[in-house]
Order: sequence, then structure tokens, then C-alpha cells
Amino acid sequence: MKGNEAIAEAAIRAGCDGYFGYPITPQSEIMEYLMAEKPHERTGMVVLQAESEVASINMLYGGAGCGKKVMTSSSSPGMSLMQEGISYCAGAELPCLLVNVVRGGPGLGTIQPSQADYFQSVKGGGHGDYKLIVLAPASVQEMYDFVPLGFELAFKYRNPALILSDGAIGQMMEKVWLDEQVPRLTNEEVREKYPWATLGKQPGKEKSVVTSLYLESVVMEKINIKLQAKYRECEANEVRYEAIQCEDADYIFVAFGSSSRICQKSIQLGRDKGLKIGLLRPITLWPFPSKVLHDLAGQVKGMLSIEMNAGQMVEDIRLAVEGKCKVEHFGRQGGIIPSPDEVLHAMEEKIIGGK
Amino acid sequence: MSELSTLDIQKPENLVYTKTNVLNDRTLSYCPGCGHGTAHRIIAEVIEEMGIQDKTIGVAPVGCSVLAYQFFDLDMQQAAHGRAPAVGTAIKRLLPDHFVFTYQGDGDLAAIGTAETIHACNRGENITMIFINNGIYGMTGGQMAPTTLPGMKSSTSPYGRDVATMGNPLKMTELVAQLPGTIYVARHAVHTPAAVRRCKKAVRKAFENQKLNRGTSFVEIVSNCNSGWKMTPNQSNKWMEENMFPFYELGEIKDTIGK
Repeated sequence: MKGNEAIAEAAIRAGCDGYFGYPITPQSEIMEYLMAEKPHERTGMVVLQAESEVASINMLYGGAGCGKKVMTSSSSPGMSLMQEGISYCAGAELPCLLVNVVRGGPGLGTIQPSQADYFQSVKGGGHGDYKLIVLAPASVQEMYDFVPLGFELAFKYRNPALILSDGAIGQMMEKVWLDEQVPRLTNEEVREKYPWATLGKQPGKEKSVVTSLYLESVVMEKINIKLQAKYRECEANEVRYEAIQCEDADYIFVAFGSSSRICQKSIQLGRDKGLKIGLLRPITLWPFPSKVLHDLAGQVKGMLSIEMNAGQMVEDIRLAVEGKCKVEHFGRQGGIIPSPDEVLHAMEEKIIGGK
Repeated sequence: MSELSTLDIQKPENLVYTKTNVLNDRTLSYCPGCGHGTAHRIIAEVIEEMGIQDKTIGVAPVGCSVLAYQFFDLDMQQAAHGRAPAVGTAIKRLLPDHFVFTYQGDGDLAAIGTAETIHACNRGENITMIFINNGIYGMTGGQMAPTTLPGMKSSTSPYGRDVATMGNPLKMTELVAQLPGTIYVARHAVHTPAAVRRCKKAVRKAFENQKLNRGTSFVEIVSNCNSGWKMTPNQSNKWMEENMFPFYELGEIKDTIGK
């Protein structure tokens, strides 16, 4: 199935309670698939086409505030519109799942694949100090798998989780293993598991309030300190990455999503020439595999960040490496996918042959 | 006639009024003389009388009533500016056997949240929307609202609203009444005991309608903003009668359910 369809099927099977979205290329198949599948009949899941991405994200806020498993999906311009609402969700500590099938920007840009929303995704994106848990799938199977994983992490940390995909993986077709249907939680189960959820104030119990408003600065600072502690815990526990042929590598590519698929081919081409090249693929873009990269920097002669953007993740790699080895960036922009040959060539030019 | 002592007054048989237990004892953040407190009380009384406190979820806006969730003894969510109808939509869709209401001011509902308001009403979301219209942005210090009357002064229309350059006041309530999704639309006030009784009847109906699952119920409450209008409470109520009511006519605007 297509990557976008895998996300939609995964949502139903993960016991998602509600999907709220607005059509935008290249991810409209997600809502189309959901509508065609009649999830209301399969599991009772609500699917609603909202009037805008602004409405969608605020619907997520409302649904997540009730302790429900809710998600939305969009592509770059739509995600920009959602940033205020995402900040509110982070501030009110609401778990929800976001999917960004990235296209080229800035502005209306192009509908072709891109990774130029890296900064927006891993640095928070909206106003205030917050982080999203960001998962970067590199296959249709991971598009599927990261839906239940995203929900799990979102609820574990009471924080929005984001699947950062791109138009290539969204549109690509591959075989997928599907999980068994997970039942949706009943209201009673939600009440039991998530006492903060607004399901109606019960007699003799404290009321539940979902808010991100703390007018007193002393209280607001405490909330921020609590959020930061949560993020540190997330950094300690949730870093995920894949290391391919890094053991003997003199040089490594660092790449996520579509770019990492291209790099796998470039490694083969390089090794055919006798160049010992490996790949470090961050799966969680936040929390970022900084320690792994820091350790690898002592072993290799250089790292090349391959991104379909002007050089965003390379900044985080440099922060992780702290100057221990050379780190450069190569990328194509505006919806162009680099070829394995030009990626290898960039490695030879910028890292191996570089002075 | 014997006079009642303080102790006598407190006896249950002598009580003529009690505060609804759906409002707590927290001091309201509203200016003395403002209509918000009365509007809160009406909603709280209706919820108590209907016995739906444990099944009601309220959505507070951004504006003077941003802290509404502190005063109602209800499960509440505080929405981003203008987005309460979207938040309420999802809550109701996911909890269809619950009662959901939004409480918004004119800046929230009729300016930044116009799209969410119209689309929630047009989809016929089975929720109750309460719209407080005082013709001004109260919380941010008295700026021009979408509902500010022509010629009316505010901090961003210090010489009066010039409709040629600042546009016309928006009658949101008449607008949503045109939409097929609304089943009940009314405009009331809370500045006199008689107005309060009429308004409460409308709010009750707007909540009862949720049992029918047929569409959106929308009640506008035209209210004073004595601070923003720079008047005493009494002056502001008189000004409201003389200026707001002729433009924002009170009454039942749409009722597809019947009495």
C-alpha cells in the first residue's frame, strides 16, 4: 500500500478515536482512505473534514483534552497554520499525533518531496519553550508502525508527537505488515487511565481543566521547569536510530527519511570503490541521537549530512560532534531528490577529498 | 410585622435565593457592573436545574472570560482565541452523550474565530454556543471589536468607528441564523431582572436542544462593558438600551424546534 494509506490504516487499527484534517497535497490520501474505510463502522472512530488546518488542530486540542486518541495530518503550509494550536497542546500537556508529509517550500512552494520542515519540527515550531517527539519514517512499514508508537509516546509523555514524513514516502508503495485491531478505550477506561481528561465532573471529585494559561509568572516558570524535566526524561529514554555499516566506517552519512534510503545506495557505490562509508539514520529527530553521533565522531574522519533542504539537521550534528570531526551538508532543495551518485560525489568532494 | 434576625435569615425556610452549586466561591475577575457574572450564573443555574453537571463540558475563550473555567464547577477546556467552536466540535463528536457549550466574546467569536463559528454552525454541531457581545475588546483594554457600533469610540477608534475606513459592525447572530445547521438562535440581555428571566429561558432551551441531536443552538447576550465604554454601570446599561438594542435587536431570531 501507499505510505499515506498505511498511516490511515494504522490509525484505525491503533484504536484511534478521532481524525480531524484538511486536504492538502501530497497527503490527501490519508483522509480519503479513512473516509472510504468507514472507520465509524469498523471501530467507532470519528473522521471529520475540518474547515481549515487551524480548526483541525483545535479539534485535536478538544479531543485530546477528553483523553481521546486523536490525530491529524497535513503538509508543510498546513503545518505552519497549526503551529499556534500545537503550542497550546504542548502547553496544556495534551497527547496527540500529528503527521507532516513534507513538501518543498517556502510559501506555497511545490508539491514535491522535501525535508525543509526539520527546524519547524524539532525546535518546537510555535511560540514558547516546548518540544515535539518527532519520528522520521524511512519506509511504508515505518509509516504504519510509527502511528501506534507515536500514540504510545504521546500518552507516555502527555505531549504531541509528530511523524515527519515527506512526499516520497507518502506516495511510495511497499508491502506492509498490519497489526491486529487494538480496541478503542471506553470513557470509563479513559477516566481511569487519564484522570486529567475532561469527561464531565463526577460528584465528589475534583473538576478537570485543560488550559495553558498561567497568569502568574512564578507559576508559569514552574510549569516550564516541569515541561523541561519531562523533555530531559524523554531525551534519556526515547532516542531511536539505525546504524548501517558504521562499525568499520571511515566516513558516515547522517540522513533521515527518504534521504537515508538514497544514502544506502550511495554506501554500496562507495564501498564498491573501496571507500568505507556508513550511515547513521536518526529515527527520532527529537530527541536527537546526539550521544551516538558524538561517540562516532571519535571513530570517523568526517560526516556528511544528506538532507532535502539547505542544511538544517547539520546544525544539530555539529552541536553533537562538538568539533571532533568534520561535518558538512549536502542537499537538494525545492522538491528535488538527490541521486545516489551525486550523494557519493558530495561525500568524495566535501569530506574525503576535502582539506 | 416582626423583623427577621440575621440568624432567621439564614434558615432554609426563609431563603429566597441560593447560589447555584455549579458556580464556586471564587471571586469573579470581571469588573463590577459587567454582565458576564450574570451570564455565568444563568448557565450554571440551567446546568444545575437540568442535572447535567457530571455530563457537561464547557469551553472558555480568550477575552474577558478567559478564566471562566475557574468559576464554573465543571470540567472545562480553555481554547485558543476564536477556536472554541472547533474545540467544542471535537468534544461533542467524541462524547456524543455529553452536553457541550462554548462561551465566547465578540472579538473571539465574530472576528478571529469567524470561520470556526460559521462552520460549526453550518455543520450543525450539536452544541450550545453562548456569545457575549459588548461591542468592544474588554480584556486588552477597550479596542474596537467587530461589533463596535458606527461612531462608537474605542481605544483603536478614538474618534469613533468610521465605517468607511474601519468597516461595519457584524451581526453574527443574524448571519448564523441563515445557516441550515442552526436550530435555535436568539439574542437577549441580562441587565434587568426581566431580561435575565427571558435570557435564562433561551439558555435553557439551547441546552435542552442538545437532547434532540438536531443542530446548533446559539444565544447572543448583548452586554455592557462599563469599563471599556468608560461609564458607570447604570450609565452603560442605559447607553446599551439606547444604542446597542436598536442595532442588535433582542428576541427569538430562529426557532425550528418550537415552544
